[in-house]
Amino acid sequence: MGGETRGNTRLVVRRLLFRLVLGLGTLIAASLLIFLCTELLPGDVAAAILGREATPETVAALHRSLDLDRPLAVRYLAWLGGVARGDLGQSLVNHRAIAESLWPRFTHTLLLAGATSLVAMPFALLAGYAGALWPGGWFDRLNSGIAVFSLSVPEFFTGYLLILIFAVKLHILPALAAVREDMTLGQKIPFLILPAATLTIVIFAHLFRMTRIALLDLLDAPYCEMAVLKGLPRGRIILSHVLPNAVAPLAYVVTLNLAHLVLGVIVVETIFGYPGLGQWMVDAVGKRDIPAIQAAGLVFAAVFVILNMVADCCVLLGNPRLGRS
Amino acid sequence: MRRGGIVAAILLGAVLLACVIGPVLLPVDPDAILGPAWQPRSAAHVLGLDNLGRDMLARLLVGGRTSIGLALGATSLSFMLGIGAGFAAALAGGWVDHLLTRAFEILLAMPTLIFVLIILSVLGPSAATIILTLAVIDSTRVYRLARLLARDVLAQEYALQARLRGEGIPWMIGREILPNVARPLSAEAGLRFSFVFLLIAALAYLGLGLPPPLSDWGSMVRDNAPAIGLGNPAALYPAAAIALIAACVHAILDRLSFSERRRA
Repeated sequence: MGGETRGNTRLVVRRLLFRLVLGLGTLIAASLLIFLCTELLPGDVAAAILGREATPETVAALHRSLDLDRPLAVRYLAWLGGVARGDLGQSLVNHRAIAESLWPRFTHTLLLAGATSLVAMPFALLAGYAGALWPGGWFDRLNSGIAVFSLSVPEFFTGYLLILIFAVKLHILPALAAVREDMTLGQKIPFLILPAATLTIVIFAHLFRMTRIALLDLLDAPYCEMAVLKGLPRGRIILSHVLPNAVAPLAYVVTLNLAHLVLGVIVVETIFGYPGLGQWMVDAVGKRDIPAIQAAGLVFAAVFVILNMVADCCVLLGNPRLGRS
Repeated sequence: MRRGGIVAAILLGAVLLACVIGPVLLPVDPDAILGPAWQPRSAAHVLGLDNLGRDMLARLLVGGRTSIGLALGATSLSFMLGIGAGFAAALAGGWVDHLLTRAFEILLAMPTLIFVLIILSVLGPSAATIILTLAVIDSTRVYRLARLLARDVLAQEYALQARLRGEGIPWMIGREILPNVARPLSAEAGLRFSFVFLLIAALAYLGLGLPPPLSDWGSMVRDNAPAIGLGNPAALYPAAAIALIAACVHAILDRLSFSERRRA
């Protein structure tokens, strides 16, 4: 027994390390792809970026600021080294350091994502729990209906509808999420409600469906059949037999949906004019500020890849038997 | 739920038809300026006027063509790429399979929206770049499914027998693999279409839609959004049209998977 457990632990550790290395590799691949995107441009990158405003002087200036005269590999390594030191380059528009304006925006995005998770996660997990408890019941069908709605309806429909109802008609919430850095958390909350509600509807479908399926799958396990035969009520079975085993799958569901949440933020921030990283990136897209777009893209990609990695690690840690197969 | 699928199919068909024959149905020039911006609904203009004073309904009908056309184009191309590569990997096996799978896995691990945003802001949005970018990025999902399905088929006895008979690649794909994977792949096609359709709408909303004078539903939401603050719901019409199409596709897919399960 002892030897087997130790061997098992070693296997899990090895799998975890493998997953971490894989995640690191994915991060590097992502950074490389983001960097190479500028190379997609035909002909001279600087001239293509500037378009109609290209004069010999502006092209030469852009060449200097993008470091285009050095070979590609050197430029990539220099960029990556800068990123590692926290230097994300210079904006093409206002020539200021990108990192300075990016990080405050990113904390706002994290605030919105965090606020949304606080509301959405318990709600969706409970709905999934109820769905597994009474599959096909009216509450389950209601939530399935909401899930289909949330899968099909674009964020901007929900967002503008909420603005129209709660801000324009009822005047109880602000239409624009004009959050400023010098506000206290309490002052920020009214501005967070509508964006967070929109995001909640965006991620509800996946959270609810994945929770429900994870719990229903576990209910099919032999030990749950045994509990049924013992005569335990279904709610008790889920609480004491399913949930302890559901920690890993549920942690997976939650982290995976956090990753989707961070991407959903881009559109929702634009709807409400919320000063987060998503809106900042869309702003940069509008101005074709390529270094800024790359920096924001890298931060989003890193969050996405890391959360996916954490999700996989949760599964590995929660179910050591996976290590053996 | 079951009747919902049929209703959805009829609705979807009606919307598509309306977009195709739109000008016959509604003889209003979608580019003509007919009054002040955001004029409310009236008998003459059922959905009111848009941000430039053009008829909203006429623009919806024309915009639908671009939105649906772009999504159809991207989905078809992504299926050609994904199925081609997936079948090739399954048939070839060995290092070809390994290499292709690794390459697609790396793309699959990337957040789609971020990459499309970066690529399109570098290349500039046009019908060709939008379709090509989305097709390449979305083909990763198609590849994964096509490869798995083809591998399953190739492991069956009838496929082994065909191989031993010395059948060539066209026969293996056309007569052995495709007939057996057509159903799951077409269900996936519906799902991919609605995903790509919503993504194109989101991109256009974020400012990466087709340049004017062309317009699609996502850009229409963007252009008419400022009126929301004035209590004018103009932006909600194109948004609702987007939701309607996606919801219909989802409902039809639900219906199909339901009848599939019953058959099983």
